[in-house]
Amino acid sequence: MTTDIATFINIGERTNVTGSARFKRLILDGEYEAALDVARQQVENGAQIIDINMDEAMLDSVEAMQTFLNLIASEPDISRVPIMLDSSKWEVIETGLKCVQGKAIVNSISLKEGEAQFLQQARLVQRYGAATVVMAFDETGQADTQQRKIEICQRSYKLLTEEIGFAPEDIIFDPNIFAVATGIEEHNNYAVDFIEATRVIRQTCPHVQVSGGLSNISFSFRGNNPVREAMHSVFLYHAIRAGLNMAIVNAGQLEVYDAIAQELREAVEDVILNRRDDATERLLELAPKYQGDGKAAAKEDLSWREAPVNKRLEYALVKGITDYIVDDTEEARLAAERPLHVIEGPLMDGMNVVGDLFGEGKMFLPQVVKSARVMKKAVAHLNPYIEAEKDGVGSSNGKILMATVKGDVHDIGKNIVGVVLQCNNFEVIDLGVMVPCETILTTARERNVDMIGLSGLITPSLDEMVHVAKEMERQGFDMPLLIGGATTSKAHTAVKIEQNYHGPVAYVANASRAVGVCQKLLSPTARPEFAKALSEEYDKVRDQHARKKPRSKPVTLAEARANKAKPDFSGPPVSPNNPGVTPVTADLATLRHYIDWTPFFLTWSLAGKYPRILNDDIIGVQARELFEDANQMLDDFIANKRLQAKGVIGLFAANSIGDDIEIYSDESRQNLAGIAHHLRQQTFKPNHPNYCLADFVAPKDSGHADYIGAFAVTAGIGEDELAQEFVDGGDDYNAIMVKAVADRLAEAFAEYLHEAVRKQYWGYANQEQLDNDDLIREKYQGIRPAPGYAACPEHSEKQLIWDLLEVEKHTSMRLTESYAMWPGAAVSGWYFAHPEARYFAVAKIQQDQLHDYAGRKNWDEKTALKWLGPNLND
Amino acid sequence: MKTEQTKALNIAAAQRILVLDGAMGTMIQQHNLSEADYRGEPFSDWHCDVKGNNDLLSVTQPELIYDIHCAYLAAGADIVETNTFNATTIAMADYDMQVQSREINLQAARLARRAADEFTRKTPEKPRFVAGVLGPTNRTASISPDVNDPGKRNVTFDLLVEAYVESCQALIDGGSDIIMIETVFDTLNAKAAVFAVSQVFDSIGYELPVMVSGTITDASGRTLSGQTAEAFYYSLRHIKPFSFGLNCALGPDLLRQYVVEIAAVAQCMVSAHPNAGLPNEFGEYDMDAAEMASHIGEWAQSGLVNIVGGCCGSTPEHIKALADAVADATPRTIPKLETKLRLSGLEPFVH
Repeated sequence: MTTDIATFINIGERTNVTGSARFKRLILDGEYEAALDVARQQVENGAQIIDINMDEAMLDSVEAMQTFLNLIASEPDISRVPIMLDSSKWEVIETGLKCVQGKAIVNSISLKEGEAQFLQQARLVQRYGAATVVMAFDETGQADTQQRKIEICQRSYKLLTEEIGFAPEDIIFDPNIFAVATGIEEHNNYAVDFIEATRVIRQTCPHVQVSGGLSNISFSFRGNNPVREAMHSVFLYHAIRAGLNMAIVNAGQLEVYDAIAQELREAVEDVILNRRDDATERLLELAPKYQGDGKAAAKEDLSWREAPVNKRLEYALVKGITDYIVDDTEEARLAAERPLHVIEGPLMDGMNVVGDLFGEGKMFLPQVVKSARVMKKAVAHLNPYIEAEKDGVGSSNGKILMATVKGDVHDIGKNIVGVVLQCNNFEVIDLGVMVPCETILTTARERNVDMIGLSGLITPSLDEMVHVAKEMERQGFDMPLLIGGATTSKAHTAVKIEQNYHGPVAYVANASRAVGVCQKLLSPTARPEFAKALSEEYDKVRDQHARKKPRSKPVTLAEARANKAKPDFSGPPVSPNNPGVTPVTADLATLRHYIDWTPFFLTWSLAGKYPRILNDDIIGVQARELFEDANQMLDDFIANKRLQAKGVIGLFAANSIGDDIEIYSDESRQNLAGIAHHLRQQTFKPNHPNYCLADFVAPKDSGHADYIGAFAVTAGIGEDELAQEFVDGGDDYNAIMVKAVADRLAEAFAEYLHEAVRKQYWGYANQEQLDNDDLIREKYQGIRPAPGYAACPEHSEKQLIWDLLEVEKHTSMRLTESYAMWPGAAVSGWYFAHPEARYFAVAKIQQDQLHDYAGRKNWDEKTALKWLGPNLND
Repeated sequence: MKTEQTKALNIAAAQRILVLDGAMGTMIQQHNLSEADYRGEPFSDWHCDVKGNNDLLSVTQPELIYDIHCAYLAAGADIVETNTFNATTIAMADYDMQVQSREINLQAARLARRAADEFTRKTPEKPRFVAGVLGPTNRTASISPDVNDPGKRNVTFDLLVEAYVESCQALIDGGSDIIMIETVFDTLNAKAAVFAVSQVFDSIGYELPVMVSGTITDASGRTLSGQTAEAFYYSLRHIKPFSFGLNCALGPDLLRQYVVEIAAVAQCMVSAHPNAGLPNEFGEYDMDAAEMASHIGEWAQSGLVNIVGGCCGSTPEHIKALADAVADATPRTIPKLETKLRLSGLEPFVH
């Protein structure tokens, strides 16, 4: 069953004017940009092919097809998948064939107008290099019975393959899905006809595919989506087993077969399989009960409570419902021989269902994390009983130690991976953040773990991971090592980590990959082969990396400096209204209006722009739920003052000397408060300057007085304690949510403060009028680059900000030895006011700049290499 | 008549790795031709400058082009490419010479034919072949010329078909044994070329072998229009090519991985004619013959290729070296590919 499902192709149907009212309106209004978003979302949500249909009377279909396909060609996110050109007009199809560079599918041709036209169109399909859908349609009409469907498809197959040598694998039959339960008796067997015809076609016409437009089947239940979705799922369930291997589907409109309420599923199955004469009447009778939007139905539908306890547990796990979990778990415990059996039996079964659905892309990350919360509650209830039996040995898939490495405090991603692994029956020992190498290795030995997972977000953590790998080698470990986190990459893992450790090393790009990787690495049978494949892959990556030449030519530091940016300093600089250091604070109620929500959704692996994501066809429901939960948490933060935001800014007289910025303690410019060291772009730039942040401050020898600002803010005072409270309560979902929301508040604080600095504290842009959207798009004068990021990538410069502003004293924020900020929800950076100041990426620097920078910072070579490593060519 | 040549080509390809010629432009450059040389007698009073119109030289300096073909044949090339890279009506518009397109293609094919026949006569055991070249044109059917208007195009599929039909017909009339669609950077252009070639075959009533060769523009591993090598093959395999492969843009060191990708799927011969390295700061190619031959020799030993040659920067010296390097190697055998639906967008999709 799984293999069939795995090889089933989902064709996106949203870019079809006949099927989507929204898409039709967008095309009619000429809103092609938004129409492209519809296509993009489909691909992002897993459509493997997209169907495009412009058949609308009010439209010049030829023109619309051409325009839309040309636009798609410029969008690699969309055009990476093949296209299905869908029209009842050959002219529109042929226009489409002239616009796509890939091998597309024509939808469709048929024997409707006779053999001559059929073969002529098929020849053109061949000549344009496409595959084609062939409808079960002939000179006398559309095939409705099983026999006619089979006859027409077999005749078409023979003509195509024997007369014109059409490749059989390029033929996709559509034997017509018609509506059932229409009240007309002759229609009752339509689904069975389709399913049985599919079986015979796949057997008698080698290599062909069979496809269909799914939504037709449930046409008579328009307006009742729950019933329609159930019909789609049941139909697919049976048709796939008969050989249907493609369908035009709205993936968001598909209920999980196993999750359909028992009585509904049976009634639908009676209709689809035509099992009883009164099937239609019975489904019609039942339908109103499931009518309405999802919400009303969910409230009203407590029928799952009637199921046996094991099924109730599974349902609660899949749906993430905690309301009854303790009672149900207790009931299961009383019925079980031993409390452990409840975990190993129904609870693990339920989590396996969750794992499978997630693996198949039918559940999304926030749902999985909620499932984990249910699981933890159940386990927490059982634990005392298991302890009492003095036999805590459960059988897990394996024991994995996870840690954010020394010097780094970021753990959202690591926590998500931990939860997902737990959902899949791995025992996870989470050592938290800033964990020294020795603690990791000692714990690994003492607790006898099967694998170690390291995470980190800032660039210095990469070196720490290399260190851990080397230590593992030296100390004779051979368990697998997992590498993950925002700055890690396959290339870094291959080039820097894997070679230092002989055990298997696996880079894990995201949470959904973690389970598969861990299972393979811990299976005695699969491990050798997987480890070998990994090591071969890394060899290849290393090889590619070694052969990679820089895309652009490097220039010497002297040449780069000669091409520095020369902004116009002739105007009078605006001296700050509030010079010196000023502690600041802000209430969360204000900050929430400055939140940029898009990255928040990304944290939860939901990709899409806010607010559009809330109405997304497929992930919209999840996004809305997540957004609601986040806002509820914000309400709680604000009402109960659970988190505190604190910050500090400083505005100083300053001038640049070369790539350094001298910062003075007062306007006399005699006393040096500190020197900020910056890096300069060092690639050949024929049309642009080689930027360095120091360029945006007037040079000392220019005689112009100038200024610079710095800031450090956090909205995370209290976040760790709060998150821990949730963890202790078995609620990882809200623990992760605390940090995700605090992160957003810190960013919002930085944005809010920057505005206040521009308008008041410094006051160089006191006329500015921008809304939050404009702020997010950075439409203001001046920049606020953060050390550790693109324009000033060297992390140790944060120390200067800490010294200048006495950050720790004013805010209690600290720097770790890798210069990560604690609490994690924090932002710090510089303010540059010059209108020509802009963001840029320093990217790769050369040896001459390494030496120059080391000299300026008074570093030895080794220290310089450590901090500038990520910016050097390997 | 043509079937005899096709048969000879198939026999040769089954026995050994065939050698293509090298760069035409590099060889022409060495002559430092003046505007007057380019114009020659026939175009002495043409209304715009034609210096740089290398394809025109087949008409105005035929002996020079003939000599270049001979130099490559003497170096060991089995197949010479006609001097028609920019000879379509579309590319000729740069010199306002659309009307001359047919004549240029025709003369170029005749020159190559004459040279190939000359050498076949000398060494009948090593028959030589003429590949009539259809270049990519200087326009792209799937990329907008205006960043602010991504839906815009400066050429259409139909215009490309029209231009390619004219060139292809002339190349065949001039005696080409093979039609070669090369340096494909936009697959949609190549699909138009393939469409045109099939049309011409229909009208003449027989088919010639077709070679298709694409260009991976940089280390991204994609064509300029964004396809991976495998996706590119799926987009064009319907012409049932005699050979499929890659040329230009990269030197052999960087190109190898993409040749591997194609060799793994192509149900036909695999060709590769890389540049002599990457251009240096002065736009010159400086990989020498020995180094190039050592790379390509290794490809042959690894069973990756059936046809090899050189693109930008290569000279008869390079061709001689690589002909020697592959002389004793066994040609690649075509792998058995499972019968599956193989579609493509920018990436391959196999089901």
